[in-house]
Amino acid sequence: MSGKKSEGKQSMPELAPEERIHSFDEVPLGYTPEMAVAEAKRCLQCKRPLCVEGCPVFVQIPEFIQLIAERKFTEAARMIKQTNAFPAICGRVCPQETQCEIKCVLGKRGEPIAIGRLERFAADWELQHNEVEPPERPEATGHSVAVVGSGPGGMAAAADLAMWGHDVTIYELFHAAGGVLRYGIPRFRLPREILDAELDYLTKLGVMLRTNFVVGQTATIDDLLEEHDAVFVATGAGLPRFLEIPGENMLGVYSANEFLTRVNLMRADRFPDYHTPVHCGANVIVIGGGNVAMDAARTARRLGSENVTVLYRRTRKEMPAREEEIEHAEQEGVQMHFLASPIEIEGDEEGWARSITCQQMELGEPDESGRRSPVPIEGETFTIEADTVIVAIGSHAHPLVPETTPDLEVSHRGYVAIDDTGATSKDGVFAGGDIVTGAATVIEAMGAGRRAAESIHRYLTDEDPPNGMSRSD
Amino acid sequence: MNEIVDREEIAPDTWRYVVRAPEIARRREAGQFVVLRVYDRGERFPLTVVDSDPDEGTIELIFQAVGTSTRMLAQMHEGDQILDLVGPLGRPTHIDKFGRCVVMGGGYGMAPVIPIARALKAAGNEIVGINGARSADQVILTERMEEICDRVEICTDDGSAGHKGFVTDVLQQMIEDGEQIDFVLAIGPTPMMRAVAELTRPHAIKTVVSLNPIMVDGTGMCGGCRVEVAGETKFACIEGPEFDAHEVDFDMLMKRQQMYSDMEGEARRMFKPHSTPLGKEEHPGCHCCEEDDNER
Ligand SMILES: Cc1cc2nc3c(=O)[nH]c(=O)nc-3n(C[C@H](O)[C@H](O)[C@H](O)COP(=O)(O)OP(=O)(O)OC[C@H]3O[C@@H](n4cnc5c(N)ncnc54)[C@H](O)[C@@H]3O)c2cc1C
Ligand SMILES: Cc1cc2nc3c(=O)[nH]c(=O)nc-3n(C[C@H](O)[C@H](O)[C@H](O)COP(=O)(O)OP(=O)(O)OC[C@H]3O[C@@H](n4cnc5c(N)ncnc54)[C@H](O)[C@@H]3O)c2cc1C
Ligand code: SF4
Ligand code: SF4
Ligand code: FES
Repeated sequence: MSGKKSEGKQSMPELAPEERIHSFDEVPLGYTPEMAVAEAKRCLQCKRPLCVEGCPVFVQIPEFIQLIAERKFTEAARMIKQTNAFPAICGRVCPQETQCEIKCVLGKRGEPIAIGRLERFAADWELQHNEVEPPERPEATGHSVAVVGSGPGGMAAAADLAMWGHDVTIYELFHAAGGVLRYGIPRFRLPREILDAELDYLTKLGVMLRTNFVVGQTATIDDLLEEHDAVFVATGAGLPRFLEIPGENMLGVYSANEFLTRVNLMRADRFPDYHTPVHCGANVIVIGGGNVAMDAARTARRLGSENVTVLYRRTRKEMPAREEEIEHAEQEGVQMHFLASPIEIEGDEEGWARSITCQQMELGEPDESGRRSPVPIEGETFTIEADTVIVAIGSHAHPLVPETTPDLEVSHRGYVAIDDTGATSKDGVFAGGDIVTGAATVIEAMGAGRRAAESIHRYLTDEDPPNGMSRSD
Repeated sequence: MNEIVDREEIAPDTWRYVVRAPEIARRREAGQFVVLRVYDRGERFPLTVVDSDPDEGTIELIFQAVGTSTRMLAQMHEGDQILDLVGPLGRPTHIDKFGRCVVMGGGYGMAPVIPIARALKAAGNEIVGINGARSADQVILTERMEEICDRVEICTDDGSAGHKGFVTDVLQQMIEDGEQIDFVLAIGPTPMMRAVAELTRPHAIKTVVSLNPIMVDGTGMCGGCRVEVAGETKFACIEGPEFDAHEVDFDMLMKRQQMYSDMEGEARRMFKPHSTPLGKEEHPGCHCCEEDDNER
């Protein structure tokens, strides 16, 4: 398999589907230097690069692509890192097709530049050639900031704040850092060596990490404010939603969070070498149509389930998952069953799920999201076998911090309210990422983390940060 | 961090550990628990904080070595550090002045009863304790119960200590004798808690149980700990672990607790007790195999 030389973008070699389902190895294999240079040379180096507007952290896209074209790969990575400290992650998991790449002028007539793949290439090159060097740290300011949550929002804020000389401690409830990047996104999309290397970069910047620390329980935000001058809350939207249908608490019914956490964080794929078990039966039903559903379905295939079906209540066109994820899932033998909405899970004597009954739907008028909404077809239901059911229909705000911080205002459904600077109603407390917006994307959480970091810097020093995001536009 | 400062086998396979954990010691309240992981391939599992000494910065755990994780914990030594220890988790017990309270524990369940009994006593309640176990050598914490309670009844299944019979038999006798009971707290095996609920239901005696579903994170993020209470799904780790016994669906709880029973057996077979040839992974903090495997 090699990239075609054509008008379109360089395709990326991938692990063959029949190999994939027997391992958790990464699926897209990355560009070779030749492919990367060829792809970089397609870029028009626009004077007013529209692509940059699509990136929530304003990565200097034409500049880093030019460096790749000149084979200055490590320099390209460092250029990206001026605005995005974690390019090896973003190059892999950003939905580029709706962010930077959709804005690329080349996309109007042909295929846009593969910005994400190039970003990944440069970052991987730097990592593989051991050329990562932490930027010089300025003099310590004497200010100290607590970051609550070690997901992408917290990581991005911590990186900036540390670079500006503040003392940063990240508090994380799990025993390992990374948030969704660790417990949610499977390693076949984001290898853990990559995540660990990016977290290592944070440590090299001097960021302290306190794992096994639940803010709201081990200490409150008010307690943190006694030790730190400001707090950034990035606790994510980690509370799983369920369907609220009969049978949902049967054995074999999981939230996607639990299923993925057992495998990704606790390594249930290697049970009993690792002691955390997971049940993955012969007939697995995944409910939902987003990235989380695709990740759960693809994981179930790798755990050896023959029959994995995604149930979605609209059609393929409305699926919120990335096209690439849907394709990968299909290649791996995941079946898609559209226009189906579960109404009951039936089980056996011992309480194990055995089947699921669904309402047949059809598409009606567009709803507020612009997608055509599903409406039930009266009287049409069907039942299919299911011994493992994975519910991936979204999440709620994590309640521990809001519940234990009485003067922290929340907006809709428990999400933390902020102003345009990222400040909350409580003095010295800032927030960003999924805990503010609801489930969004890695790079949006990182963007929010960086914006809040700037505001925190101003709050602490009354000065603009030396290289804030505002400079980029 | 998380150093084991004292350990003692208080009954066969039942251990009392004192662990250094200053932040948890400072904040924990009656009814709360911690989640532990003893080595880097281990499970996360919950244990109740039985007592704490904020000045010494220590917490006390009492557990029964029943399966892989708890048996690994039981094999650690004084001075060893528990790899991961997080808490306090769960909601503290709702303490009120109820009047005359009966607090009862079955097996290791006596341990989580202790802090709640103490808090109830401090709130001005009169306390009767019922301490039950299979036989005399498994009756634990009697002295401490005697310190806290106004009266303690002991019972064993085989009659080797105290009354012969179950804790529920003692409670039933008290009800039949017309003793005043304003509040019952029961912690122990699920069938015992269910039996207590059935006993007090017809008399409308307020009854609280502490549920022990299987947990992963213990902070609301997985939903694995869900239980049905009054027909609604609750996450025991953040909305519990204590609930009104008369509203709990015990049948579902018992079934869900069995979700991994076949696999737990498999894990236990992999786990070799000390007397057999050792593989280094099997023995965290055990000094017969010093190296540790650092894979995450
Ligand atoms: C399975 C899955 C796949 C996804 N795939 C993609 C993708 O391909 N591309 C993409 O862009 N986005 C994807 N997303 C969405 C993306 O991961 C999130 O939008 C992003 O991680 C949000 O970042 P965050 O920092 O706000 O929160 P999180 O990543 O959720 O991190 C929050 C952290 O805070 C910790 N925490 C919570 N409460 C406390 C507390 N009280 N005390 C201490 N710590 C606490 C949590 O343990 C967690 O580590 C996916 C999400 C999931 C679940
Ligand atoms: C909030 C809470 C507080 C707890 N407090 C204590 C305590 O103070 N002392 C103590 O000894 N135990 C306590 N437990 C139970 C303890 O967590 C389990 O005994 C432990 O997880 C078993 O793990 P294992 O790997 O040793 O056994 P496994 O091999 O996993 O299981 C062995 C046996 O224990 C049963 N089991 C598994 N998980 C649980 C569970 N969560 N609850 C009950 N039975 C289980 C299994 O069905 C099996 O029969 C508590 C549980 C909860 C949820
Ligand atoms: S960070 Fe994401 S959105 Fe921004 S340029 Fe890179 S891939 Fe595109
Ligand atoms: S818009 Fe496309 S072609 Fe123009 S600079 Fe950006 S990536 Fe290059
Ligand atoms: S243990 Fe995960 S939600 Fe309760």
